[in-house]
Amino acid sequence: MSAATATAVTGSALPHPYRVVSRHADTADTVTVELAPDAAPVPAFAPGQFAMLTAFGIGEVPISLSGLPAAGDGSARRLTHTLRAVGAVTRALHATAPGAVIGVRGPFGTSWDVGSAVGHDVVIVAGGIGLAPVRPVLQAVLADRSRYGEVVLLVGARTPADLLYRDELTRWAAAGAQVGVTVDRPSEGWIGQVGVVPALIPTARFDPGRTVAFVCGPEVMMRFTARALLDRGLPAARLRVSLERNMRCGMGWCGHCQLGPLLLCRDGPVVDYARAEPLMTVREL
Amino acid sequence: MTDDLLSRVARLPFFAELTPAHLGQLCAAGQPVSYPAGERIFAEGGAADRFWLIEAGSAALDLRVPGRGDQVIETLTEGSVLGWSWLHAPYRWQFGAVARDRLDTIEFDGGSVRERCDADPAFGYAMLRLFTPVITERLHATRLRLLDLYATPAQAGTP
Repeated sequence: MSAATATAVTGSALPHPYRVVSRHADTADTVTVELAPDAAPVPAFAPGQFAMLTAFGIGEVPISLSGLPAAGDGSARRLTHTLRAVGAVTRALHATAPGAVIGVRGPFGTSWDVGSAVGHDVVIVAGGIGLAPVRPVLQAVLADRSRYGEVVLLVGARTPADLLYRDELTRWAAAGAQVGVTVDRPSEGWIGQVGVVPALIPTARFDPGRTVAFVCGPEVMMRFTARALLDRGLPAARLRVSLERNMRCGMGWCGHCQLGPLLLCRDGPVVDYARAEPLMTVREL
Repeated sequence: MTDDLLSRVARLPFFAELTPAHLGQLCAAGQPVSYPAGERIFAEGGAADRFWLIEAGSAALDLRVPGRGDQVIETLTEGSVLGWSWLHAPYRWQFGAVARDRLDTIEFDGGSVRERCDADPAFGYAMLRLFTPVITERLHATRLRLLDLYATPAQAGTP
């Protein structure tokens, strides 16, 4: 192993201390935290990549980048992650207050490759917490709006109360995105759409022949979404999904995140649908 | 039937696969109808004698639940067809429907279209080919929602 490789490996294997500088409650069980390095920062993340976040003394979990750093205010090395309290580690991270220190390893995995969508229509489809990993894609596209054609964001949520980034949905629409939102279970007073998110695809305005699509959510939702996009004429090679398995080492060593021929911590999480589709319906993978 | 009605129906993709002759048969049973926001289009259990091609606006399918009022099951928007109970016995609406906002539609007389289907099996088959996917897609959507995909393990009632 060369010295350079050893340094890179050490840097990826040891958590870097990051301090929570802001914490925003998105829903009852989901927060977005902004982290600033307490010492040496990890290398810059690209949208789609994930970090292993450590709640010291409890454990480590993979969490995707959920926001781009603000430009020009000295926060370029900060990281934004949105996490939902579902297990011991995420409950601990969810409860972390500003000022507390957590560990960060990364960046790991493949990116959405937003740059490849320049000159194309962009369709982003997200379900549930899956809106978090595609949020940086939308932020990057809207920050450079004139370089893209139609920009479509379609979001599905369990209930209106589970919708992430509610204020931003309005701002994104004002910034030139077609925003469609639907929920499975409407609450009293909900005047938006009710139904599954793939049902929004037939009426979205985009040219399938010149579109790049980014899809993130539960795998079943992604399969049905992909089918609806392919039905519109989008080629599978221009459709990307984010897959998740049991990420542990983040570097393709331990094999916990294997999905057929892929080690998703290294070859994913973002995978072209042409490659992902045959793997998504195989039992025991 | 007018050329205007034909062009309005042809503008939306739902009936795009119909031949011009079949489209003419269909449109002979159609007329433009609009509903103001909040108006009930049909109620659960009523005679299913019509269906609508939505040109603009949205409609909510609902079901009256005792103690909880009208619960919205699904919403339908531009380009969707509202109503397929006219196609099969007992020709009764299984759910209700309300205009969510101003709803512009082409309304079709279900009984008249059925008679045309019976008289011209090729037309009937073409209509079945269009409406069967509506039924199956809504069944798939319902099944997906039964899975409660976005629920946490706690919400889904699993450990």
